[in-house]
Amino acid sequence: MQAVIKADKLSKHFGHFTAVNEISFEVAPGEIFGFLGANGAGKTTAMRMLCGLSIPTSGTATVAGFDVYKQTEEIKKNIGYMSQKFSLYEDLTVLENIRFYGGIYGLSDRDLQQKSETLITRLNLQNEAKKLVGSLPLGWKQKLSFSVAVLHEPKIVFLDEPTGGVDPVTRRQFWDLIYEVADRGITVFVTTHYMDEAEYCNRVSIMVDGSIEALDTPPKLKQQFSANSMDEVFYELARGAKRSE
Amino acid sequence: MRTLKFLLQKEFRQIFRDPSILRVIFIMPVIQLMILPWAADYEIKNIKLSVVDHDHSEYSRKLINKITASGYFELADYSNSYKQALHKVEHDEADLMLEIPTSFEKDVVKENKAKLFMALNAINGVKANLGGAYLRTIIQDYNQEIRLEWLQMPRMNIEPTIQITSSNWYNPLLNYKYFMVPGILVILLTMIGSNLAAINIVKEKEIGTIEQINVTPVKKYHFLLGKLVPFWILGMVVLTLGLFISWAVYGIIPLGSYLTIYAFAAVYLLTVLGLGLLISTYAGTQQQAMLISFFLMMIFILMGGLYTSIDSMPHWAQIITKFNPVSYFIDVMRMVVLKGSGFWDVRYHFIIMFTFATVFNGWAIWHYRKTS
Repeated sequence: MQAVIKADKLSKHFGHFTAVNEISFEVAPGEIFGFLGANGAGKTTAMRMLCGLSIPTSGTATVAGFDVYKQTEEIKKNIGYMSQKFSLYEDLTVLENIRFYGGIYGLSDRDLQQKSETLITRLNLQNEAKKLVGSLPLGWKQKLSFSVAVLHEPKIVFLDEPTGGVDPVTRRQFWDLIYEVADRGITVFVTTHYMDEAEYCNRVSIMVDGSIEALDTPPKLKQQFSANSMDEVFYELARGAKRSE
Repeated sequence: MRTLKFLLQKEFRQIFRDPSILRVIFIMPVIQLMILPWAADYEIKNIKLSVVDHDHSEYSRKLINKITASGYFELADYSNSYKQALHKVEHDEADLMLEIPTSFEKDVVKENKAKLFMALNAINGVKANLGGAYLRTIIQDYNQEIRLEWLQMPRMNIEPTIQITSSNWYNPLLNYKYFMVPGILVILLTMIGSNLAAINIVKEKEIGTIEQINVTPVKKYHFLLGKLVPFWILGMVVLTLGLFISWAVYGIIPLGSYLTIYAFAAVYLLTVLGLGLLISTYAGTQQQAMLISFFLMMIFILMGGLYTSIDSMPHWAQIITKFNPVSYFIDVMRMVVLKGSGFWDVRYHFIIMFTFATVFNGWAIWHYRKTS
């Protein structure tokens, strides 16, 4: 099948600093792709390039068939993005946020109506629908944020540490949502620091100091590094890192 | 168009949900328009006068009475010596000193000529200048009166004098409020417009919501338009409020048409909002945005012709004022309100303001980057 994300020697320099160093990989449609790495390894920078938020310094990449240099606005029509920082409007209600983001992606009134109902029911937010988003607990915010990012049925959704600071139960529920979305055929590109979450991914890449040092399915990675868990695999690779925050 | 609808809906909700913004928008102009025009008055009153009268004659007493009756002066001190009076000036208890020599009456009557000595505390240059001028006028007037008294006496030679009578066009009573209120209204509109627009976008940068917008297919001019339209409407509301206060409190009714004022304000608001948007594309934090707009605001206000006349600025400064949108609006306001100028009289102002609006907004759209 045609890859939905293709990166070839993609790099980003900030002055003399090489944030991302010639990374190459492909992601297949419907795949849950884990993008791992220590703090400062270059994950967010790489993700921002794929989302059309940042122009690469060199290398090539296409996302949903569009070029990351010239067709950033086309890419944006086909992806969803959930940043590290919570970025729904805290001074708008749950429903208003849903309708706003759905609206600017061009959903029709009927779609908006129907999708917001489904979403609120799915997340059990019936009582909170008219409350300001700022008043919700973090775990709920993250689930809402994710659901809003896939409201317009994008081809790919990019998640930048979506479960940071979230309790284990909510993290489980969050991954249930991710699986539901992947079942609908949406490709999930996710960064995380939780190694149990890495096990949930179809394939995992591990970045160290701006380069991809390993890329395979979790079982194969464990085999390759003769490790018992992804935790050990990650530790094996990341302890050699020279960069840290 | 549909995208814009959603953006506008969001902005209006956020504005009306934030009581502090609403307070700034509505209460600030009301208070400023109620207070500032009373304080920003060029007329100098309550000038503290110290008189040293060595003569103690009928003539000197008449002169002093005339000065204090004018209403501009306040007899702060009645000293016996120059030294004593100077002491008062040094302690800031007197602004102006008038010394009447011992032989004042005698000199006037017999020599036909007398001398008075006036000393000014020029730390406050405006006060000293105007105070001196007022005093000179009063003394001249007094001089005329004496002459009239003596006219009957045939042996006196009548010297010809030239008297100037002036009539003040467009503001016959020289009411400073007519002059200041329209100008202050312009400043208010400028501050509200550019500050709110600049801070609003930068706030989204700080919270991080702008990144979420940047990753959507929203076009950048849609996004900026979504920011511009709500504040444009609010600006027009503030203008209406300001014009209402001008009428209700100061009785100012423009001689010209309200339509001309609104039409110009519409273009003017596009300019200041565009400037605000432009600032926001350069500033990374709200502090930066505030400082930049504060810096510009100082220049705009002090070089806008509100307090000091542009015509009396040095040539290079006059060139700078040509790039100051505030000066054009103040000009138009005064022309329409006081002179009754119509659309045709301010057509060049319109053209220039359109150019400003296009440049600022175009620059803002060009410089706003969805992709870095």
